[in-house]
Amino acid sequence: MPMTITEKILAEHAGLKEVVPGQLINAKVDIALGNDITAPIAIKEFRESGAKKVYDKEKVVLVPDHFTPNKDIKSAEQCKILREFAKEQELTNYFEGGDVGVEHALLPEKGIVLPGDLVIGADSHTCTYGALGAFATGVGSTDLAACMVTGEAWFKVPESIKFIYKGKLNKWVDGKDLILYAIGKIGVDGALYKAMEFCGDTIENLSMDSRLSMCNMAIEAGGKNGIIAPDKITEDYVKERAKRKYKFYSSDKDAKYSQIFEYDTAKIAPQVAFPNLPENTRNITDVGDVPIDQVVIGSCTNGRMEDLRIAAMILKGKKVAKYVRLIVIPATPLIYKQAVDEGLFDIFLDAGAIISPPTCGPCLGGHMGVLAEGERAIATTNRNFIGRMGHPKSEVYLSNPAVAAASAVKGRIAHPDEVMK
Amino acid sequence: MRFKGKAWKFGKDIDTDQIIPARYLNTSDPKELAKHCMEDADPEFVKKMQAGDIIVADKNFGCGSSREHAPISIKAAGISCVIAKSFARIFYRNSFNMGLPILECPEAVDSINESDEIEVDIDTGKIVNLTKNKTFNSQPIPPFMQELINTGGLMEWVKKKVKA
Ligand code: SF4
Repeated sequence: MPMTITEKILAEHAGLKEVVPGQLINAKVDIALGNDITAPIAIKEFRESGAKKVYDKEKVVLVPDHFTPNKDIKSAEQCKILREFAKEQELTNYFEGGDVGVEHALLPEKGIVLPGDLVIGADSHTCTYGALGAFATGVGSTDLAACMVTGEAWFKVPESIKFIYKGKLNKWVDGKDLILYAIGKIGVDGALYKAMEFCGDTIENLSMDSRLSMCNMAIEAGGKNGIIAPDKITEDYVKERAKRKYKFYSSDKDAKYSQIFEYDTAKIAPQVAFPNLPENTRNITDVGDVPIDQVVIGSCTNGRMEDLRIAAMILKGKKVAKYVRLIVIPATPLIYKQAVDEGLFDIFLDAGAIISPPTCGPCLGGHMGVLAEGERAIATTNRNFIGRMGHPKSEVYLSNPAVAAASAVKGRIAHPDEVMK
Repeated sequence: MRFKGKAWKFGKDIDTDQIIPARYLNTSDPKELAKHCMEDADPEFVKKMQAGDIIVADKNFGCGSSREHAPISIKAAGISCVIAKSFARIFYRNSFNMGLPILECPEAVDSINESDEIEVDIDTGKIVNLTKNKTFNSQPIPPFMQELINTGGLMEWVKKKVKA
């Protein structure tokens, strides 16, 4: 029976020859992830279950990244729970201090997640790893706890939706715009419970950083996972990082999809999502005059090298507008160091930016740039819900790094061409 | 299981940041989380509601983050059940895994007004609007999820497995 890439990975991990959408399965989990918000609950439940050891100390990964460096006493207590558990269980993949980065940037970078894996994470943006050709989905703390005991998780096999992107990218357009465009078309529940499979010649030529930011936002359309069939670009990315075997899966030609969308990239301009939902997208040319107080470039969506390079290219020799805060957050220590080595920090600092250590920080209104009542930010993050970056009466607009950087210079949401004449 | 309570209505796409804002996520204590339940959707909610009341929402309730703090805060605040046109995936999963009863029923949502008296039977999926004297049948809960509820949630199910 023909199957999609998602169905194939699920079938393999459930020990079945084939699976069909709607089927409930129990599947073996290659990587189970938790962070400083979700893991404390999972650890408590793990202990209450009477289990003594996690199913595999290589496979349970803990990344305290949301409120770190600890923003207050309560967060410090949460992180302490993770640290003590990691010590006790001798977890191979526990990161803190100068080793910690935003989880969904860190795991691919370190080769912890590989093509063909089945990954669950007690964090909704776990779907990011679909960019590597893995099945990865967000779950709750209880799922994580159960998996830490059994090494398995239950799933309902999702139907798949195919998104075909055709054509060359317009100037200043990257993976972020491709996904925002799709979410704008189908809405925040347009892919509810479904697998989102991205393909077409645009995707085949897309960089890994852009693929990661696309799959990252599958959840913003309600998707269970986002996925891209692995290819040469994937191989180049993982071969230096992998410390174990991996497997490339791809969809059969006649696999079944519940829906197929085809987008012509010639029509896709840089996108801006207006408050308070990622589906409120507009072309940058239709934004109008929107003054801003803050710009955030970072997060698991757009805090990678490609993102920082584009931002630096735009900011070089320019100044952040008066009364505007620009906060740049390299997503991992490696990216941080590479940005220093490439001289990007000089450009950011000369422009008047603040550079934060790797953390989720303002992305979820945690710390390092929380908004006051009535303030407005443009951010390269993935959510612009009410109160997401601070006060319930503050606003967040979403964009790619080029638009965010140009907006910092202009003090209002701006097209990159306005500053790159 | 049967519940009777007053309906509190919410719109579509109520995300987890409105259910429990991230600024309170530096704790996982249910009592603390209960104090801020639905705060960014309706700051007065916790003061107005009473134990046993029911949340009735439009489509895609619980979208956004995977935080179990969201169903925890709703449950700890004393809400007996959530009825919505549809639920976001992780929220749906989390609710079953931790035993917060939820039902999908678009027709019931359209008929219920704020403050209506509602009776819900989780086992059969029957929803009765006592104020309007109307009955609705929600989507049946898949058998595996029923098993989870009957065993007392996912961790109880796992404990059984550990012992076996
Ligand atoms: S950067 Fe933002 S979206 Fe990504 S894991 Fe952190 S809080 Fe979540």
